[in-house]
Amino acid sequence: MIPLAAVLPPAQPLMLAALLFTIGAAGVLLRRNIIIVLMSVELMLNAVNITLVAVSRAMLQLDGQIFVFFSLTIAAAEVAVGLALVVALHRSLGSSDVDDVSSLRG
Amino acid sequence: MSGLDPAFLIVGALAIVTAVGMILAKNVVHSALFMVAHFGLTAVLYLLLSAPFLAAAQLIVYAGAIMVLVLFVVMLLGRQEALLDEPIAGQRWLALAALAVLGAALVRVAALGVPAAPEGGTAVVPPAFGSPAAMGDALYTQWVLPFEVVSLVLLVAMIGAVVIAHFQRRPRNEKAGSPAIAADATEVPSPRA
Repeated sequence: MIPLAAVLPPAQPLMLAALLFTIGAAGVLLRRNIIIVLMSVELMLNAVNITLVAVSRAMLQLDGQIFVFFSLTIAAAEVAVGLALVVALHRSLGSSDVDDVSSLRG
Repeated sequence: MSGLDPAFLIVGALAIVTAVGMILAKNVVHSALFMVAHFGLTAVLYLLLSAPFLAAAQLIVYAGAIMVLVLFVVMLLGRQEALLDEPIAGQRWLALAALAVLGAALVRVAALGVPAAPEGGTAVVPPAFGSPAAMGDALYTQWVLPFEVVSLVLLVAMIGAVVIAHFQRRPRNEKAGSPAIAADATEVPSPRA
C-alpha cells in the first residue's frame, strides 16, 4: 500500500517500541497522579501493539494484527473500568494521588 | 533492506518526544493532549507498517473514545495537583536505574530483529495485507469465537464501570434513618440482648 513500508527493516520499529515501553514504565514509576499512571500503562500497551504489528509485517502473517485488534478492545475496556475506579477513589478519598491509596500496605 | 526510512525516522522521533512530554507534563490536560498526539503518530506508524485497518481503529478507539473518556474524567475531577516530588527518599534514582537496565535490555533484544517471511524472504508486501477486507475475512472466519467473547468482555466492562462509578445519593448512615431500615435495625440487636 505504502511503498516505503517495503524497505523498512524489522528491527527498527521493534527498537522504537522498546524505547516507548521504557518511557511508559518511567511514567508509571515516577509519577504520582493516578490518571497519568493510567495513561502511562496505555503507553506501554501501545508499545507492545507496535511490536506485534512490526513482527506481523516482517513475517507477513496477519495474526499479529488480529491480536492487536483484540488488544485494542481490551484496552478500551481497561480504560473504562480504570477511570471508573479513579472517579470512585476521588469521591471517597478526595485525592487522585497513588500514595494516598495505601490502605492495604502491610 | 537497510538504511533508515525518513518517514519512519520522523514519526518515530515525534512519537518519542510526545511520549516523554506526556510523562513529564505538570498539567494533566497537557499530558492527555500529548497522549492524543502520540496515538495519532502511532496510527501513522501502523500505516507505514502496512496495517491500514489498525491505523483507522487506533484513531477511533484511542484518539477518539479513550481520550474523550480521559479528558472527561480530568474535567470531572477538577484541578489536579500533579506533583513531581518524591515521597520515598531515593525512589526516583532507583527507578531511573532500573529503567535504564530495562530499556537497555529491551532495545538490545529488539535490535536482534525478527526472521524474515518464511517463504524465501519476500520483501514485497501484498497490497491487500492488513486491509479491512483481509482483517474482516480473518476475524469472521478463523477468529470468530474470540471476536464474540471480546464483545462480551466489553459488555462486562461497561456494566462494571457503571457499577463502580455509580453515585449513591444516600449513604448507609442516612438509610438507617428511614422507617423500613430502622425497623430492621431494632430487630438485629435483639438476639444479643
